[in-house]
Amino acid sequence: MFSYEISKGVLKIKIKGELDHSSAAPLKGRLDDIIRLGGYDMIVFDFSELQFMDSTGIGLLLGRYKTAKSISKPIAILKPAPPVDKVLKVSGIYSIMPKI
Amino acid sequence: MDRICLIIKALPENESFARSVIAAYATRLNPSMEEISDIKTSVSEAITNAIVHGYNNDPDKDISITASIEGNTLWVTVEDKGVGIPDIVEAMKDFYTTKPSEERSGLGFTIMGSFMDTLQVKSVVGEGTTVIMSKVIS
Repeated sequence: MFSYEISKGVLKIKIKGELDHSSAAPLKGRLDDIIRLGGYDMIVFDFSELQFMDSTGIGLLLGRYKTAKSISKPIAILKPAPPVDKVLKVSGIYSIMPKI
Repeated sequence: MDRICLIIKALPENESFARSVIAAYATRLNPSMEEISDIKTSVSEAITNAIVHGYNNDPDKDISITASIEGNTLWVTVEDKGVGIPDIVEAMKDFYTTKPSEERSGLGFTIMGSFMDTLQVKSVVGEGTTVIMSKVIS
């Protein structure tokens, strides 16, 4: 479902499959724990293998944004597939975590 | 007019199955990948609303999902018998949520309205909510 690595100052969190009400709930606390580990300069959510996301995913991202902001770490989103990209665009979230 | 009906328990785990069923039904209209994604996302939003808000996450409750095809239009209805929405206009505003502590984004209706061609919400406090959406498949 998800994996992470820290390399060259970047915490890359890769979420695969589907991100909805069912899958998001158990992720939140685990992602916060990883974000608070430190030892990096920025966070990148790799959505290249995320096939589906609804607004629950936006809520998850906003929650992690607050966690990251509390320790002054910026967030970016990497390679969202078109269906996920469309939800992200409608939400306006790219204004606080740009697509790279 | 043809239609299908699906009744699911208000469990988050049922969302993926339900949206996939409606998307599979919609393939009769030969939709594009984007249209399929729009339908799946909108159905998912409506079901999440029913679970989280309509039923306050009570898994014993039922959600009724109906889909029908009329010409080249897909109609989807998602109905719960939950608490209802006191102020629909307020509830449909961007980022409005009654459950910020659960990290709800308040974008469910925004996405449904953006991804489908029509969106109608009927609700009676104490009786439940019905969301009726349609999408013309081009």
